[in-house]
Amino acid sequence: MKFQRLVFALLGMITFICVLPLILILALLLYHSLPVLKLSFLLEYPREGLRAGGILPAIVGTLYLALGTAIVSLPLGVLTAIYINEYAPKGRLTRVIRIAIVNLAGVPSVVYGLFGLAVFVMLFHFGVSLIAGIFTLSILVLPIVITSAEEGLRSVPMSFREASLALGATKWQTIRRVVLPTALPGIATGAILAVSRAAGETAPILFTCAAFYLPRLPKSPFDEIMALPYHVYVIATQVPNAPLSIQYGATVVLLGLVFLLNIVAILWRMRLRRTKKW
Amino acid sequence: MGRKNLWESFVEKLIFIGGISGIVILFLIFLFLLKESFQFFFKYPLKDFFMGLSWYPTNEPPKFGLLPLLFGSFLVTIGAILISVPLGLACAIYISEVAPLSVKEILKPLMELIAAIPSVVLGFIGLMVLVPWIKEIFNLPTGQSALAGSITLAFMVLPTITSIAEDALTALPRDYKEASLALGATHWQTIYRVLLPAAKPGILAAVMLGLGRAIGETMAVLMVTGNAAIIPHSFLQPVRTMTATIAMEMGEIVQGSLHYRALFAIGLLLFIITFAINFIADWVIQRQRRMSK
Repeated sequence: MKFQRLVFALLGMITFICVLPLILILALLLYHSLPVLKLSFLLEYPREGLRAGGILPAIVGTLYLALGTAIVSLPLGVLTAIYINEYAPKGRLTRVIRIAIVNLAGVPSVVYGLFGLAVFVMLFHFGVSLIAGIFTLSILVLPIVITSAEEGLRSVPMSFREASLALGATKWQTIRRVVLPTALPGIATGAILAVSRAAGETAPILFTCAAFYLPRLPKSPFDEIMALPYHVYVIATQVPNAPLSIQYGATVVLLGLVFLLNIVAILWRMRLRRTKKW
Repeated sequence: MGRKNLWESFVEKLIFIGGISGIVILFLIFLFLLKESFQFFFKYPLKDFFMGLSWYPTNEPPKFGLLPLLFGSFLVTIGAILISVPLGLACAIYISEVAPLSVKEILKPLMELIAAIPSVVLGFIGLMVLVPWIKEIFNLPTGQSALAGSITLAFMVLPTITSIAEDALTALPRDYKEASLALGATHWQTIYRVLLPAAKPGILAAVMLGLGRAIGETMAVLMVTGNAAIIPHSFLQPVRTMTATIAMEMGEIVQGSLHYRALFAIGLLLFIITFAINFIADWVIQRQRRMSK
């Protein structure tokens, strides 16, 4: 028994040590970025070759990118989830679809970048542009949207569907009027996670939409954009003597955005699972 | 056929198209990687690509030897797995078997948050904190090394390994545990002798998925490994991975050139490797799920 207590204490300690860096990273980032963390940092353009000023164009670019990704990936992902959960016969095709989605989630992000370059930038002649980045990221987040939407759909009790069908509604009417509205909160969780992922990815946007520096905000979907994750990479590795506070500042803003979205999604999901009325 | 039925069948077709989009996209990715790279395999000797010891893409004539990059990826990934598997397994056992419910409810979201950290942020932290430490501790000219990459990656894949191994442990039938306890085994003996062996396939899958993620990871590795395209002899040397090579070089080259096609060839290879790993891991997980029913 004594041995067991020792082992369990050890396991607990290891787990604690594994989670600890998360808190240390947050503390470190905040500590070093305090000098720049003012509203002006968020609202100004970079100056002096990215060594001074703020990060406004990078923030705006990332917001466009993340919202665009949600708009493109959500309908497609929800359709897929509806097919798998409501229509597909349990058989080989459904299994293949599932395997494809699992594998899609495992494709390295830089390979998505190559795909985006070959298809959206070159084949479709979008050039290096916001829209090419949005499409590339939409494919990348698709598995996240599908998985969450499926969980949402699965949580709708069978009796809801049966009741609607018994009242004479068609299958699609049942899905649109009964199943989807009930599953909506679950689907929304997936959308938030997808947005957060799109906001944080760097490799897929390297050759599809990101620019080193732009003195203006994007005006059309075919403009290049600055994006926060790429900006973090650039000032950390490509700009000699960029002030530390600015490097840490940009990183804090990116991580803050991603964490905020994730925490909202996690809390929302917890509440959903707890307050289920049926 | 009323209008309603027409509409209904239209919607059904639309949903079907959506449904198979995953397969189509996966296939298209493979197809386009192949399309952009196949000329490379004709113009550059296969043997020099797969067995070549030097990667000098801008030399005249250029050398596209894959081995330094392959070894770089391999070394960093192996290091990451060696660190993260024991730790992830410990976390999974603690969370699924030992931790009280309240602690569990804090730990699981924290793990999710770790998984959500963008890789560029971890690369930045690695560059600012880890790299100087390694330089200091081992007294090296630079701390940018395979070791820095391995540690950063280990932290990145830890949540993946933990959550999948934890799923494998929780999915075991309750009878296993109850039977073992009823026979007088202690909780730890039950975990060690009964639960862990029974969950082995799932744990293996967790390791493989971690492996897949580690091989494909780009930004964090790019920022902390130093990117020297030489065949490494130790963890303390700078290395260059396949992913980092694509990320660094694709932006600066002529589209359609041999170099461009070489980078797509590396992309194709990465796609095939991760596909194989994920496919096997998924197969293991599905088989276990069927068996535990």
